[in-house]
Amino acid sequence: MKFFAGEYEVVVIGAGHAGIEAALAAARMGCSTAVFTINLDWVGNMPCNPSIGGTAKGHLVREIDALGGEMGKAADATFLQSRMLNRGKGPAVHSLRAQIDRREYSAYMKHTLETTPGLDIHQGEVVSLERQDEKWKLITKLEEEYLSQTVIIASGTFLQGKIFVGDVSYDGGPDGMFAATGLTDSLRRLGVSLRRFKTGTPARVLKSSIDFSKMERQEGETPVVPFSFETGGLLENKEVCHITWTTPETKAVILANLHRSPLYGGKIEGVGPRYCPSIEDKIVRFAEKERHQVFVEPCGLHTDEMYLQGLSSSLPVDVQLAFLHTIPGLEQVKVMRPAYAIEYDCCDPLQLDSTLEFLDLPGLYGAGQFNGSSGYEEAGAQGLVAGINAARRVKGLSAMRLDRASSYIGTLVDDLVTKGCTDPYRMMTSRSEYRLILRQDNADERLTPIGREMGLVGEQRWQHFTVRQEQKAAERKRLRETVLPPSDKLNTLLVSCETTPVSSGVRLEELLRRPQLDYNKLTAVDTGRPALDPLVMEQVEVELKYEGYIRRQQSAIQEMRRLENRLLPEDIAYETITGVTKEAQEKLNRVRPRSIGQASRISGVSPADISVLLVWLSTHEAGKGGGRADD
Amino acid sequence: MSTQSSVIAAVSTALAPAGLGVIRLSGEGAVLLAEQVFRPASKTRRLSDQPGYTAMYGKVYDREGEIDECVALVFRAPHSYTGEEVVELSCHGGLYLLRRTLRAVLDAGARPAEAGEFTRRAFINGKLDLTRAEAVMDLIAANGRLAAKTALAAREGAVYRRLEEVKNTLLGAAANLSAYVDYPDDDIPELTPETLGPQLAAARDAVRELLDTYDAGKVIREGVDTVIIGSPNVGKSTLMNRLAGCERSIVTPIAGTTRDIVEETIRLGDVLLRLADTAGLHATEDEVERIGVRRTQSRMDTAALLLAVFDGSRPLTEDDRRMAEKACCQNAIAIINKTDLGLEINEEYIRSLFERVVVISARDGNGLAALEKEVREAVGINGIDGTEPLLANERQRFCAANCLECLDEAIAALNGGMTLDAVQVSIDGAIAAILELTGERTTEAVVDEVFARFCVGK
Repeated sequence: MKFFAGEYEVVVIGAGHAGIEAALAAARMGCSTAVFTINLDWVGNMPCNPSIGGTAKGHLVREIDALGGEMGKAADATFLQSRMLNRGKGPAVHSLRAQIDRREYSAYMKHTLETTPGLDIHQGEVVSLERQDEKWKLITKLEEEYLSQTVIIASGTFLQGKIFVGDVSYDGGPDGMFAATGLTDSLRRLGVSLRRFKTGTPARVLKSSIDFSKMERQEGETPVVPFSFETGGLLENKEVCHITWTTPETKAVILANLHRSPLYGGKIEGVGPRYCPSIEDKIVRFAEKERHQVFVEPCGLHTDEMYLQGLSSSLPVDVQLAFLHTIPGLEQVKVMRPAYAIEYDCCDPLQLDSTLEFLDLPGLYGAGQFNGSSGYEEAGAQGLVAGINAARRVKGLSAMRLDRASSYIGTLVDDLVTKGCTDPYRMMTSRSEYRLILRQDNADERLTPIGREMGLVGEQRWQHFTVRQEQKAAERKRLRETVLPPSDKLNTLLVSCETTPVSSGVRLEELLRRPQLDYNKLTAVDTGRPALDPLVMEQVEVELKYEGYIRRQQSAIQEMRRLENRLLPEDIAYETITGVTKEAQEKLNRVRPRSIGQASRISGVSPADISVLLVWLSTHEAGKGGGRADD
Repeated sequence: MSTQSSVIAAVSTALAPAGLGVIRLSGEGAVLLAEQVFRPASKTRRLSDQPGYTAMYGKVYDREGEIDECVALVFRAPHSYTGEEVVELSCHGGLYLLRRTLRAVLDAGARPAEAGEFTRRAFINGKLDLTRAEAVMDLIAANGRLAAKTALAAREGAVYRRLEEVKNTLLGAAANLSAYVDYPDDDIPELTPETLGPQLAAARDAVRELLDTYDAGKVIREGVDTVIIGSPNVGKSTLMNRLAGCERSIVTPIAGTTRDIVEETIRLGDVLLRLADTAGLHATEDEVERIGVRRTQSRMDTAALLLAVFDGSRPLTEDDRRMAEKACCQNAIAIINKTDLGLEINEEYIRSLFERVVVISARDGNGLAALEKEVREAVGINGIDGTEPLLANERQRFCAANCLECLDEAIAALNGGMTLDAVQVSIDGAIAAILELTGERTTEAVVDEVFARFCVGK
């Protein structure tokens, strides 16, 4: 029998990476919050890679941290091995990636949820969601009824989850958990348009059955750079990874058994991620490639399970074993958990506002894989945005909208709600047009003031941040004003660094600008240098070296923001604007862009449509008197 | 907004003798307005009862009476060129009758259309996109056959096809760079200046070429500032009149007849010359003539082309020599005139000073073809036949110049040892500039263009 079990301001459905950030943010902002999970033993589970970060994803983690999220701290507390990727390719693309002890990570996150004031944790599946007056009514499988002002759906791959391994398929969630089956009907009734995506994961194998002598060893990097701007102390790498490659035999085995793949056999209707293809996909699509890389990664300190990155598959178990045995080092490998593909329901994110609230369902938000993305970091970022905005809505405050120039988070959200996605969306540095500005080293500078305003950045952290900013300003001034006279010592140094010697006094700033020089190399001649935070040194150096390029991007940002500031009224009936093409009218009606800028990014809306829209807007404004009244 | 909806009218066929001339009216109320000047042959029918896409035979009248026979075509909004209510009055082509009909329409309450206003309205009503509208505007403004051809070529995409190639090269490079940075752990081949450099250089060369031909494009569209100089009575005015095809300057045998600068725009083959006939450069006591000489001097300094005329039937004078030595340091063509009277001039001397020399007779027209050829070469449009991509206007030139700057910057960064993320910033900039040029990307600049060119709203 149903019974009334409680009322909240914010309810989060799902305690994965999106749900955790959403729940923590809402509770920390002072809202009475509850988070529901199907299995409390798997809070913050990593059902795929036991790692956090990577290109662009590392940026996202830094940004989550700068805004006051938890992911970076949890990763720093539980990592096994850390590397800064792309070191030689420039500061815009430096990306932090860490192997994580997934059990530890989950435990850390669970405990963080447990110890956050104002946050209730419930194990239970929400099977029904409906509008009740101005609130949302939720019913769990065990017939508890809850009311909430706002609801954030962060259902990951659980919604109508279906597992595929070869010919076998069954209803289920990731890592042997149950699927969530009730919510889909409720969402459909609410008018949410849902679709099927799929993703997959490789096999986990037993460490002692691997011959590491046939593989390349990959060490972590020291000193370890933490994700969080707040993590102090010395961090140590605890594990190594290994690299091996597939062989022509691997290819032969897979090609011979392709018909047994549910994907190629047509059983899976869901669309998989283009950027994270299964091994059978890679072999079919890149037929000319001789071999594919495989990373062997540890899953934790207290387990011998190893993850095989690059070998996700939905082939039958016998085929999996057969192809694994063709790979050097894996000839005798024992599989503990076979690879599988999972298909799940997610929403079309074009239905969302850039606050991640449904345009037509006030108080209902979506985050993470439910919004069509893939990846823990993408999920965490959206969870944070949804959590903050749900809390701001409860408190009657204006929404937080991060534009593309502010962050990768803003880019991710804008891409999802404006362009939508046709396959699981993965963040990449190439998705940002402002890479040299959206660096991982300056995430705090870009976002900590916003996090502070949202109430997620505490006093101590704010102090650290402002001290660092002051130090940076002072250092910029010092470099600008310090002139080194030409000396033998200086010129010997310059020549040894393969850069031209000086004949008159030279500003330190000018020396640091030279690609061949850096802080380290200048130590001997830069005698007046104060003790500097390494982060400050990094930021100052990048800003000097890349000044021209940064300026170019800044002017591009200004231009973008001008169009972003030309707001469109909320209630435009686009079908009545003559001259806008039919396709554009439909898209505009669906996305309901806030501004000319956003409208111009919608696929199917051409610049010609935009010019017509501008003309319409100017006559409309002349008649009325301005754009939207809200924030 | 009232100007928006008012009816505009103009003769929309060429104002030249022709078999047929069309007066177009556009705007709400165009049909009612046309009814005031047009009476259908059938007394029982009314123009304002006509649906769209119909024609009606009748006559046009003004206060003085019947003007001409006429077919009135009715277009109903939004199914017309401008998207508005349109009436086209097809009359007989005589200039006098056409002008009289237009005046009747204007007297009835229409406003004369500004240049390109029909297109502007078509754009505002969403009938044309910006780039097509731009091409139409250029077509309207096109003065010569070659200009019209180039405007058409732009419309059909010669420039865009060229830019498409550049864009694809750059997108390829950008994609390589992206894959290289986004998949650091995958075995994607190392990108080096050796692989990227040639791609960037090829793109840069193509854009540079477009920019180089911009000036030729400008010559074709806008014409060349040309000054005719020469001692008194060498036949400057006769030449000018020959070129212009009618009596323009006062031609008399008394030296110094042309005291002022006479302006005329003439077409020499494909080249449009904005021609100024001058008072010459001779020493004179006459105060009025001296003013003329001074003006000639300043006009010479700014001209893009000089036509230095000499009387071939007599030996060179001091004035001739002084002028020749001045003129030959500019972009000039020496014209030895009056060959019909025999050749007495020191041709060697002229040829030693001028790269281009033409021998003509302005009076009977001999040698004009040679002059045309020299002019084409002198203004740098030889070899241009109107089908090659030419940037159409300053906005496009600005985008292309931006693109070139980015590409130079990318190449410099690559060669200077900057990291590839910096190189990519410049490549992205170049791509953005191209997209802006072709209208595939909406920017504030495009927005400004909408407001500047089509004066809508505020």
